[in-house]
Amino acid sequence: MLEIKGLKVKLEEEDKQILKGVDLTIEPGTVHAIMGPNGSGKSTLSYVLSGKDGYEVTDGSAALEGEDLLDMEPEERAAAGLFLAFQYPVEIPGVGNMTFLRTAVNAQRKARGQEELSAGDFLKEVREKAKSLKIDAEMLKRPVNVGFSGGEKKRNEILQMAMLEPKMCILDETDSGLDVDAMKLVSEGVNALRSEGRSFLVITHYQRLLDHIKPDVVHIMADGRIIKSGGPELALEVENNGYADILAEVA
Amino acid sequence: MALAQLKMDTTAARLADVEIPQGAAWGNAARADAMARVRQMGLSTKRDEYWKYTDPASLTVADAPAAAVFQSDEAPLFDAVDRVKIVFVDGVFDADASDDLSAEGVEIERLADAMATDIHWAKDIYGVLEKRGQIPVERPLAALNTALATDGVVIRVTGKASKPINFVYLHRDETSDAILHNVVKVEAGASLTLLESGPAAARFSKLLEVDVADGGIFNHVRVQGRDHERRAITHCFARIAAESTFKSFTLTFNGVLTRNECILEIVGDDAVAHVAGACLGDGRDFHHDDTVFVTHDAVNCESRQVFKKVLRNGATGVFQGKILVKEGAQKTDGYQISQSLLLDDDSQFLAKPELEIYADDVACSHGSTSGAIDETALFYLRSRGVPMIEARNLLTLSFIAEALDEIEDTDLADELRDRLEGWLSRHS
Repeated sequence: MLEIKGLKVKLEEEDKQILKGVDLTIEPGTVHAIMGPNGSGKSTLSYVLSGKDGYEVTDGSAALEGEDLLDMEPEERAAAGLFLAFQYPVEIPGVGNMTFLRTAVNAQRKARGQEELSAGDFLKEVREKAKSLKIDAEMLKRPVNVGFSGGEKKRNEILQMAMLEPKMCILDETDSGLDVDAMKLVSEGVNALRSEGRSFLVITHYQRLLDHIKPDVVHIMADGRIIKSGGPELALEVENNGYADILAEVA
Repeated sequence: MALAQLKMDTTAARLADVEIPQGAAWGNAARADAMARVRQMGLSTKRDEYWKYTDPASLTVADAPAAAVFQSDEAPLFDAVDRVKIVFVDGVFDADASDDLSAEGVEIERLADAMATDIHWAKDIYGVLEKRGQIPVERPLAALNTALATDGVVIRVTGKASKPINFVYLHRDETSDAILHNVVKVEAGASLTLLESGPAAARFSKLLEVDVADGGIFNHVRVQGRDHERRAITHCFARIAAESTFKSFTLTFNGVLTRNECILEIVGDDAVAHVAGACLGDGRDFHHDDTVFVTHDAVNCESRQVFKKVLRNGATGVFQGKILVKEGAQKTDGYQISQSLLLDDDSQFLAKPELEIYADDVACSHGSTSGAIDETALFYLRSRGVPMIEARNLLTLSFIAEALDEIEDTDLADELRDRLEGWLSRHS
C-alpha cells in the first residue's frame, strides 16, 4: 500500500534535517503504529506524506500503490487515497461542516472521474456515518470545527475519513486531548473502517490508544529514523520502560 | 498652494457652470442653505485629513470622467423578491420601468413633488440630517448633493411595510453624472427593508437620509457593482430613536473609486445600530473606502461596525471608522472590526479605527487586521481533496462570513453569497 524508502527531509527555511532516512512498508489491510519521543520526526513524516509546504525532500521516495506521492499536490494525494487525521484540526468559521464535507467528497470523486453525489444521497450517507460517531445534526450544521471540543474535533476528523473512504489513513496523535470515553468512541470509528483494502498508520505517544486500535506492527522512531520494529508487545515495552532502554540498545 | 486656496479653487471650478435646481419654497431654501455651506467649507481635496487615503479629485471635478457601460451576464439582483421596484436610469426616475409606487404601510413620492408641497414631512429631514452629520467632521460632498440633487424619492413608513422597496439603478450613458437624494422616515413602531442594486452612472453621488422613530425598524441591503470604471460617493445619514433598530449592509464588487460614508446618530435609549460591508476588488485601479461615524448620545445602546475587504492584484482598501460616545451615554456597547484579506503582496489596506469616549460605564472595542490566506487552513482543505483554487475561495467566503451574517434575511444573504461565489470564480 505505502512504500517509503530512504526518505530524507529537511526544513525548507533552515538547514535542519528532520528525517534522516526512513524506510517503511505498509501492506494492504494492516495497521502500523509509530511511537517515539518528542521531536523524533513522527509528525513531520505525516506532513511530508500528505504534502504540507515547508519541507524539502532531499533523498528517498514515498509511493502509494506504486504512485509517487512526493510529486503530487496535496489534493491529488487525497484523491489518490491518502488521508491525514490532523493532530490539531483547523477551525474554518463561516463554512458549514456539511458544505465542507460535500465539497471534499465531490472534489475527490471528480478528480477520480466519478459522478458527484447528489444532495440526497450525500445527506443520507453523512447522517448514517455521523450517527455512529455520535455527531448530531447541530454539529453538522456548525462551521467546521468552530467551537468544537477536543473530542468533537477528533470525531469530526474520523467522520471525514469515513466519508472520503481513503485507502491509506494516517492518524497523527489522534489521542491527544481526548478523555477515555472520547478515545473509545474515536477508536470504534476507526476500527469500523478497518478492511482488507485499507491500511492505517497510527502515530502516538502512548500505548493507551493501541489498546483500542490494535496494531499489527509497531515502529519506534528516534532522531529521524525508525530504529526498531516489532509486534504489539513493543508498545507495551515502551509503556512500561519508556524509550531509554530501546534508545540505549540501538545506540 | 495653501490648503484653503486649493479648496476654494476646487470649489469654484466645480460650481462654475452649476445651477441649483429650482422648485417650490422649502426645497429651494434647503438647497440654497446647502450650497452656502459648500462654499463656506470648500470641497474636499487630497490634502484634507479626512481624505488622506482616498483622492476625491475625480469626485469634485466639474466634468465627470466617463465610464464604460457594464454588460452583466448575471440575472438582475432581487428578481425573486416580492418588492416595489423604483428604477433610476443614470440617476433619473423611470416611471415606466418602476412598479406602482405603493405598498401597504408606505407612502412613496418623488422628491420634486414633495418639494412642491408647501407643508411636507420631508422638510424636517431633507438636508437636515445631512447638516447634523457635518459636525464634527465636514462632509462638503454631502452638502453638494443636497444642493444639486436632481432626483430621488421620499418614503414615509407608517406601518409594517408589506414588501421591501428596491432602488434599481441602471447605467446607460457613458458620461452620466447622477446626483440622487432619497429620504426615508420610519414612524414609531413601523418597519421597512430597503434594497439597492445595479450600476448607477459613470459618476454617482447618492445620499440617503433615514429617520427612525421610537421602536422603528430599518433594514438596508445594498449591492454595488460589478461595473468597474464608475466613481461613486455615497452617504447615509441616520438618526436613530429609542428602542429602534437600524441595520445596513453593503456588498461592493469592483470600482475604480467607491467611497461609502455612513453617519449614524443614536439619540434614543435602548436602540441598536449596525453597519456592515464587504468589498471585493481585483487590480491596481480598484479603490474602495468605507468611512463610518457612529455617535452614541443615549443610554444602553448597541452599535456594531463589521467591514471585510478582499483585495487582489494591487487593489486598495480604506477604512475610517469612529465610535463617539457622548457624555451620559452610559451602558453603551460599541463594537468595530475592520479586516482585509490581501491575496497578494501588492494589495494594501489602510485603516484608521477611532474611539472617543466621554462616558465611564461603557464597553467599546475595536480591531483592525490585514492578512493573507491562512496557509494551515488551506493545507487542511487541500488535504481533504479540495483543489487549490476552490480551497482559497472557500476560505475567502469564510473571511467574509462575519459581515454577511449581519444580513437579517437569510434568503437575501443566500442570494448575495451566490454573487460572491460567482465573483470569486471569475477572479481566481
